[in-house]
Amino acid sequence: MPCQTGTDMTEPTDTTGVDTSEAIVAALAQARARKTPVYISGGGSKRLMLGRLCEAAELDVSAHRGIVDYQPQELVITARSGTPIAEIEATLAAGNQMLSFEPPSFGGRATLGGTLACNLCGPGRPWGGSIRDMVLGVELINGKCERLRFGGKVMKNVAGYDVSRLQAGALGTLGVLTEISLKIAPRAERVLTLAYTMSADQALQTMNRRAAEAKPLSAAFWLDGQLYLRLSGAASAVTSTAAQWGGERLEGDAALWRDLREMTLPFFAGSAPLWRLSLQSSAPLCTDAQSTLIDWGGAQRWVSGDQPRDSLDRAAADAGGHATLFRGGDRHSEVRPPLDSVQRRLQQHLKHAFDPDGILNPGRLYSWL
Amino acid sequence: MNRADTALADSPAGRELSRRLRACLGADCIIEEVESQRPFECDGLTLYRDLPRAVVLPETASQVQQVLQICDALDVPVVARGAGTGLCAGAMPHPEGVLLVMTKLDKIVEIDPLARTARVQPGVSNLSISEAAARYGLYYAPDPSSQIACSIGGNVSENSGGVHCLKYGLTVHNILSMKVMTVAGEELTLGSLGLDSPGYDLMALFTGSEGLLGVVTEVTVRLLPSPEVARVVMAAFDSITAAGDAVGAVIGAGIIPAGLEMMDRLAVQAAEDFAHAGYPRDAAAILLCEMDGTREEVAQHVDTVATLFQALGATAVTISRDEAHRALLWQGRKSAFPAVGRIAPDYYCMDGTIPRGQVTFVLNEIYRLSRQYGLPVANVFHAGDGNLHPLILFDASDPVQVRKVHEFGGDILDLSVRVGGCLTGEHGIGVEKLGRMTSQFSALELAQLEDIKHAFDPSLNLNPGKGIPILKRCQEYRALPDRHRHD
Repeated sequence: MPCQTGTDMTEPTDTTGVDTSEAIVAALAQARARKTPVYISGGGSKRLMLGRLCEAAELDVSAHRGIVDYQPQELVITARSGTPIAEIEATLAAGNQMLSFEPPSFGGRATLGGTLACNLCGPGRPWGGSIRDMVLGVELINGKCERLRFGGKVMKNVAGYDVSRLQAGALGTLGVLTEISLKIAPRAERVLTLAYTMSADQALQTMNRRAAEAKPLSAAFWLDGQLYLRLSGAASAVTSTAAQWGGERLEGDAALWRDLREMTLPFFAGSAPLWRLSLQSSAPLCTDAQSTLIDWGGAQRWVSGDQPRDSLDRAAADAGGHATLFRGGDRHSEVRPPLDSVQRRLQQHLKHAFDPDGILNPGRLYSWL
Repeated sequence: MNRADTALADSPAGRELSRRLRACLGADCIIEEVESQRPFECDGLTLYRDLPRAVVLPETASQVQQVLQICDALDVPVVARGAGTGLCAGAMPHPEGVLLVMTKLDKIVEIDPLARTARVQPGVSNLSISEAAARYGLYYAPDPSSQIACSIGGNVSENSGGVHCLKYGLTVHNILSMKVMTVAGEELTLGSLGLDSPGYDLMALFTGSEGLLGVVTEVTVRLLPSPEVARVVMAAFDSITAAGDAVGAVIGAGIIPAGLEMMDRLAVQAAEDFAHAGYPRDAAAILLCEMDGTREEVAQHVDTVATLFQALGATAVTISRDEAHRALLWQGRKSAFPAVGRIAPDYYCMDGTIPRGQVTFVLNEIYRLSRQYGLPVANVFHAGDGNLHPLILFDASDPVQVRKVHEFGGDILDLSVRVGGCLTGEHGIGVEKLGRMTSQFSALELAQLEDIKHAFDPSLNLNPGKGIPILKRCQEYRALPDRHRHD
């Protein structure tokens, strides 16, 4: 697998599995010897999102793909990192199962490895967990070109540090992920959406109060004066909860949740900067309601348009969380808030423990990592 | 161990440590006399014991910080300990070190019912969080069997589970944020009140790190709404195979039970004699399958599961009639350990995790090993998540049996790894399984774990000799004190 520059991405169509990990090790060894850092790419769907721009030679790992093992009764799937999320979802659907964290597939391009590296999850995340919560084990190649396995294919494993979960959100700066095992979930017997007209403030109250009831709530988002609550579970439980909670039953709701998950709602269109606020779910609205979409039952809020970085950081910190410049804007500067000096030192030490020469996605997460 | 009565007085360095600790802690917060230290010489795994230079019981986070700063300055090992209910000797004191007991930090600082979180000090017991949250209709989901006593700080350090973790996850899935102190006493906050945080997920790394990376001084946990109702289905089977197949069938039916437990014949008989829960004493194995949620959902799933068990050849199926009956059916399982404790002088509890589909093979292998070693074994199994707890019966006063029980236990762990599982599901590595780490990890993988340790604790003073082996690969190794060697 040669290191190449450029972004010649073709949408994968075949489902043939190929193990190219030897070639990835070789390419990485060459990069290390030449002291030329790499930018790890899979489907290329998230290159301009989430992190800073990474100006390094591209290491395309999208050919390293294929489902290695899927055992529905074990609730576990293992796949190579270049496997498209869409392929995994299709395989699980045949077994009446799903990824509980509902990741976006971004037109079929998003891969399993990229999804874990970005810790990217859809509307079900507060109830179904994140990919960070569901990862059971990984194989990765660290910056010393060593192939390492951590975790496994079992539900519980506390031997050694949890290196698998550490990869979630690390944006590939600690290793090239090559194989991932995930806990999967059964598909719900029944899904139903209730819609309510209310303000953002009322919606935040309602989302949090409903989440404190022992009912099959599985998603809650607000946009343009409408609150949407999704119920998923046993048919009897969904039906009885819908009767108790009232609201308007939404037809064709699958498309709404898909568009939210894939970020294809009109709210996300255009090239304006898109900010992601990760906050305490009950925190009061701290941005203009017109330009805000509230998801994750209040814990994730999307804000569109130019925002003063400092005041957004302060507002997010006051609300127990943080703000990220998710897409657009200045991606050469930091897109995440500064960390205190102790955190920063520990994060740098950790990076050094995995990638002492700094060849993996340098600067993608922070300029100093 | 050959020691003077006052452990710290034996050297100038010891006297200096004693002087500094006394300057920051009240007299009732430091224990230096050997006899008063005895209650702290081991955790729940009593096979491993040692005494520290000093036991300290700080009352504030500031005192924790000062103790860490003193130990860092004097290059003294620190072993943090919660309630001491751990089962891998992870909290066993270090003979050259300070045992940092966190039990006096036992305040529930704040419960936020709208955000569904509780902010607590590390010495708070697991169960008391749920008790405090109950007035809001909320609870803390992870429920290790020691939940009456075990502390949340210890739960974080071991990533504790319990019988409900297939549905509700482990500690790592149920905490939002924590305050920790580094080996040098620097405070930092990990995680956030949101569902993620910027930079590397150090909270995931700290959870289950057995006190090797830092000391937990505060935890913010997620609270869940208490289910409307819970019911349990108990089914008896005349073979391990049939019971194992039934476990897979429940999952295959698209149901995630709140708990799915299996006990084999010896465990069933001991538990029944102890608790009179109504278990059939002649069953080869029983399953306890609990469903929780809304009334309608539970009714629907109980019906599905009971029908499934009958179709798969269950010799008896009992559905809990009410809360009292449900509690009784669980009583046998919950008292399985003490019940087994009645039928032998001692038992040794193992903790391997296996793919669910391997349960029949693994249990039959354990029976074969039991015959080979001549030691009976009772199996209690978190079947839903593949976590085995074989209880090997032995007599600790017989050195031959002690040697055999270690070999037998080791064989079970190696077997777990061989079938695609792991050394420990929820008890941790500690001292106990340190020597087995090479059966699960390659030398390069162990070196990577060691590099992580160095990133947080370059002096290797946090809980040395536990969790991960420190290898003889670096030149500095020769300069390391004996405390880090594990040959």
